[in-house]
Amino acid sequence: MAMLRIVAIVAVLCAAAVIGAIALEWRSAIDPVTRPDLKSFTTAQIKLGAQLAALGDCNTCHTAPGSRPFAGGVGVPTPFGTIYSTNISPDEDTGIGRWSETAFRRALREGVDREGRQLYPAFPYEHFTLLSDDDIAALYAFLMTRDGVRATAPANALAFPFNIRPLVAGWKLMFLREGPYQPIASANDDWNRGAYLVEGVAHCGACHTPRNALGAEMVERKFAGGEVEGWTAYALNDASPAPVPWISQALLDYLRNGWQSDHGIARGPMAPVIDNLAAAPDADLQAMTYYMTGAFGEPSAERRRAAEALLIHVYRSESEPQPASASPQDPGARIYQAACASCHDNGRPLPYGGINLALSTGPSGPNARNVINVVLRGLPLASGERSPIMPGFANVLSDEQLAQLLVYIRSRFSDKPVWSNIDSDIRAARSAHVAITSEHGTDAAGRAVSQHEAQR
Amino acid sequence: MKLSINGREYDVGADAETPLLYVLRDELALNGAKFGCGLGQCGACTVMVDGEAVFSCVTPLLLLEGKKITTVEGLGTVDNPGPMQSAFIEEQAAQCGYCIAGVMMRAQALLQKNPDASDADIRSTLQPNLCRCGTHMRILRAVRRAADMMKSKQAASAADGSVR
Amino acid sequence: MTAPALCIDRRGVLAGTGALIVSYSSIGRALAQQAPESAPPAAPPPPPKLPGSLKDSPFLDSWIRVDADGGITVFTGKAELGQGIKTALLQIAAEQLDVKFEALKIVAADTSLTPNEGYTAGSHSMQDSGTAILHAAAQVRAILIAQAAQRLGLPPEQLSTAHGFVIAGDGRNLGYGELVGDQLLHAQAQPQSPLKDPSTFKVMGKPVQRVDIPVKVTGGKAYVQDFRPAGMVHARVVRPPSYGARLVGIDTSGVEKMPGVQKVLRDGNFLAVVAEREFQAVKAMRALAAAARWQETANLPNQADLASVIAGLPSQDITIVDNRQPSVNAAKRLEATYTRPYQSHGSIGPSCAVARAEDSGVTVWTHTQGVFPDRQAIAQMLKLPPEQVRCIQVEGSGCYGHNGADDAAADAALIARAVPGKPVRVQWMREQEHGWEPFGPAMVTKVSAALDDNGMIADWDYGVWSNTHSMRPGAAGALLAAQHMEEPFPVPAPKPIPMPEGGGDRNSIPIYRLPSARVISHFLPAMPLRVSALRSLGAYMNVFTIESFMDELAATSGADPVGFRLKHLDDKRARDVVTLAAARFGWPSFPKQPGCGRGFAFARYKNLAAYCAIAAEVAVEHETGRARLVRAVAAVDAGQVVNPDGLVNQVEGAIVQSASWTLYESVSFDDARITSIDWSSYPILRFDAVPDSIDVHIIDKPGLPFLGSGETGQGPVAAAIANAIADATGYRFRDLPLSKQRIKAAIGV
Repeated sequence: MAMLRIVAIVAVLCAAAVIGAIALEWRSAIDPVTRPDLKSFTTAQIKLGAQLAALGDCNTCHTAPGSRPFAGGVGVPTPFGTIYSTNISPDEDTGIGRWSETAFRRALREGVDREGRQLYPAFPYEHFTLLSDDDIAALYAFLMTRDGVRATAPANALAFPFNIRPLVAGWKLMFLREGPYQPIASANDDWNRGAYLVEGVAHCGACHTPRNALGAEMVERKFAGGEVEGWTAYALNDASPAPVPWISQALLDYLRNGWQSDHGIARGPMAPVIDNLAAAPDADLQAMTYYMTGAFGEPSAERRRAAEALLIHVYRSESEPQPASASPQDPGARIYQAACASCHDNGRPLPYGGINLALSTGPSGPNARNVINVVLRGLPLASGERSPIMPGFANVLSDEQLAQLLVYIRSRFSDKPVWSNIDSDIRAARSAHVAITSEHGTDAAGRAVSQHEAQR
Repeated sequence: MKLSINGREYDVGADAETPLLYVLRDELALNGAKFGCGLGQCGACTVMVDGEAVFSCVTPLLLLEGKKITTVEGLGTVDNPGPMQSAFIEEQAAQCGYCIAGVMMRAQALLQKNPDASDADIRSTLQPNLCRCGTHMRILRAVRRAADMMKSKQAASAADGSVR
Repeated sequence: MTAPALCIDRRGVLAGTGALIVSYSSIGRALAQQAPESAPPAAPPPPPKLPGSLKDSPFLDSWIRVDADGGITVFTGKAELGQGIKTALLQIAAEQLDVKFEALKIVAADTSLTPNEGYTAGSHSMQDSGTAILHAAAQVRAILIAQAAQRLGLPPEQLSTAHGFVIAGDGRNLGYGELVGDQLLHAQAQPQSPLKDPSTFKVMGKPVQRVDIPVKVTGGKAYVQDFRPAGMVHARVVRPPSYGARLVGIDTSGVEKMPGVQKVLRDGNFLAVVAEREFQAVKAMRALAAAARWQETANLPNQADLASVIAGLPSQDITIVDNRQPSVNAAKRLEATYTRPYQSHGSIGPSCAVARAEDSGVTVWTHTQGVFPDRQAIAQMLKLPPEQVRCIQVEGSGCYGHNGADDAAADAALIARAVPGKPVRVQWMREQEHGWEPFGPAMVTKVSAALDDNGMIADWDYGVWSNTHSMRPGAAGALLAAQHMEEPFPVPAPKPIPMPEGGGDRNSIPIYRLPSARVISHFLPAMPLRVSALRSLGAYMNVFTIESFMDELAATSGADPVGFRLKHLDDKRARDVVTLAAARFGWPSFPKQPGCGRGFAFARYKNLAAYCAIAAEVAVEHETGRARLVRAVAAVDAGQVVNPDGLVNQVEGAIVQSASWTLYESVSFDDARITSIDWSSYPILRFDAVPDSIDVHIIDKPGLPFLGSGETGQGPVAAAIANAIADATGYRFRDLPLSKQRIKAAIGV
């Protein structure tokens, strides 16, 4: 009986909390407006909005492959089911064409749509809330001047009770700190600008920060790494597994070009991010780099020494003739030698050459997932764009052969202990729909990429 | 080592790390798969391994033990061409023809798995294969024609089978 | 490969001269009786030129051989490049000889067996070889009829031919094989021939299936890459990292010990390895490349400044039209500059050749476009008399001009000399083909024109800056191996190809009516990158320029682009293709939709070959700037059409290929090296960007001369796309390629 009373009290308290949360977070509908026309906005505003939308990667979540831009319909897998992105084109019936700027601002700041419904945090408004009013106005100007597309996203496929939208109110109470961004007085302007962009519109933590059981980012472990659609988003703090620490120039080059000689190529979900960043001004990328360099932290002397030794070793092996090696005995080594070495050991510079795997973060990562994805599916070409092409080996490697290869790669190209979960990671990768996008070249500015550019 | 190609067992003497392409062409005189790049970028070397399209130029022998390899020679002969080959002949879907065998193998793998492939499916499946002469329109028509021929052949043999 | 059993020595001394003369005059009578009516000339005319390539190879049995068993072989100096020439020539021969198509054999491009028809290039094959075979076959048929007439004691008019037999009204017949005696066909051609009436054609003008496709789709031996003579060994060349690099250090001892390696050859900067198995050669090549130390000297221009570099090179200025009128009614004047980067052939199959050197000489199996010039260059390189070098053309992948084929042939010959008696197969790697092929030259064009009060063109001033578009062998110095040897051959001085063919100035003279015009070709001898002929040569860029500018003029005068062109076109055949293409496209009723545009362009290739008009629909994605050719409609007049399906195939291919050049392609390079060395760094159009439809409409002109059509689509497609993008976006792009970055930068947000 006592037990029942406790359960009853807890249930009532929960219900009260829930009702209280819903009440606190309840928002009314904002009246629809006539769709604003092009002349309501200045060119400067629209341009700024375009840059912010690029930094925010809006089109990646809100444009389904093969569909018109911003029409929504992209399924975002979450531990709670699949959520489909909405149509944010200015279509009046199926998009946001009749949203006022106030309604738009409220959605970004508070996570509520025009009609007052809670928005699922798959839309990362806990980041977008940091945006300033002016920037939100610019984004509004940009979206309102796109082509309106008539399209309705599929209904979300969420398990109970997550399909009860009002319950998001509770989540928000716990995890949403409304913006806009408040600069930190003790930091300089560049840092604050970088923080504003990274934590706000660029929402890097949405992929690169681990999440708790309720799907919220664990802010105390910011940038400690995350998982996105079958890929590992590496840690961007002092736990970064990159064999060569990310110094600011390297990071800036990577964000600008999508590749960096000592680290590798952005593929998987990072590829569209980089492609969008091509439209971002240099000053913004520099500020973000400045901020992230702080996040990575100063590498220890030991780590720096190891990296230098590694780079020297790699340069030497690429510039001096290698004696013909005897055929290896280890099965993973034999597979590597036969299938991988001809591209990955030939010294051709990035972005078109296969990276020397000792420099790639993949083999040193917390799990084998990224390496598996790339080995199985390769790096598909970007149509009409200069970009690396790597063939996939899914159709010729058995799971056993792949596991042997992974064990070898891990032991030869990193100093980390063996990966656990290789077999289950392979099974998951084979069966999952893993996003490897193929629209994004590595020659974002259309410049010639010099073989000599990459000489260290 | 032993390789199974087009339903036959072959004993090949090359090193296990030799890419399949060289063995097909040089040891076995199977001309269909072609050297186009050796990098897995152009598809001229495409063959099927256990029914999946594969770049033979980057596939070493050591990964192929126990697997069934099919080349264009396995689809039919000049005197008795298979549906894919007949379709390409009927549509005259070739200019220099160098890319065609690779295209046919990728298309064959698609149609074997998905006989109801749409035109959009066919187009996106052929993306890894290059054609420099610009024969794309005819290639697409030929694959569509092959799909229709294969389906009616299926239907015909099913009809026969149903008598049992 | 169709190697005949007999080897005819066409240059041998004739036997039975007496009989020959008799038969010569009887041929004359036979032809005169069947030749069309013509008025006798008043004064003795100069000897009329023989049609097509007969003027260089006048003996009929150079072209048609009839064996005693009735087997007939056609010989051509032109090469099958995938354009269907073999099939077309067989159709011509079958029709004019009255034999079944399937009964004929053809031998192409062999220095020991076939006429010398120079290069298979410039869209000349039908005009040169087709015409020669057309007439030779007709005259052979006449000779056979005359011979049968003698034997049957009947007048030739009472005889007919069918399926390789001469038939009399009473049913007696004689097979061609029975009729042909020693040297019967070793007769000089006549200027006129008893050609068949086109309305009776049974096989010419019909879409006969190509003879080479069945073997290609079933894995038969079709290409030089498939050629495997007994005892063949595999070779790979290690090319320098850049133009002019010198090999300053190499230790070959490690490579010599690698499994299967039979020889490592160094001759100056030429470095190669021979191995028993192909993959052994590949591995040895990689090791050899790693062991080589080069001193690089190349100093390539800054790619970002390419156009100004090109326009600033020292030039030889050639005025090819000089009709500037002093006073011109110029109500409005317009000027524009257009640019083109270096572009690559991008042959799918990297170049390949097999060569065998013996005491008697060197034989090379090669996919060159010109067996005779290549033979001459290789002979010079090897310091052999030309008769001791034989070049046999075997098909390669599409070359679209002067690619690495001739160089691979030279590589094979040079290496074969080092391992005499063994057939040596040289296969270029992808990076070598992309890095060392001679590119289509970068070009700059400037055009200024005036419109009068009626919106008609009153004045036209055009300049084109370009390197030569032909560095083909003839001279050994055109071959990479000869340039890299210890005692190198100098690169021959480039020379402009004179008009009306032209090189960089091909198609620089508009076909439109221009009351006042000047066209200057600025020939640039200095070649920063290696260049030579790429399909259509200067026509691609000149037609792109002229046809883009015609649209700019039309827009300025407020005229419809098609109507504007028709107002300036007098040539009726040109007007017909323009009208047909516009009508079939639905030009007047094209619905104007955002992001979508229509564009039109027309040219007559070289102003003397085939006519081609293109109407194109292009879609431009606003967010990315990506342009896609959605639909193309073409109208083509190629004179008498031998194989309509072959013609359609070529034009469809030209449309897709030119769309790829126009939207995507530019060679990239840094200060020393070519950096676009594979498909990842030199992307071309793939299946996702292929148009929804291409329709080619042919205006057939039976009885009229053949007009070369292999290159007629390249230029018009480029301009049609540019004009459609201008229609879609309101922006005019004049710098090729029309990349998505350029378009997005212009259209902004």
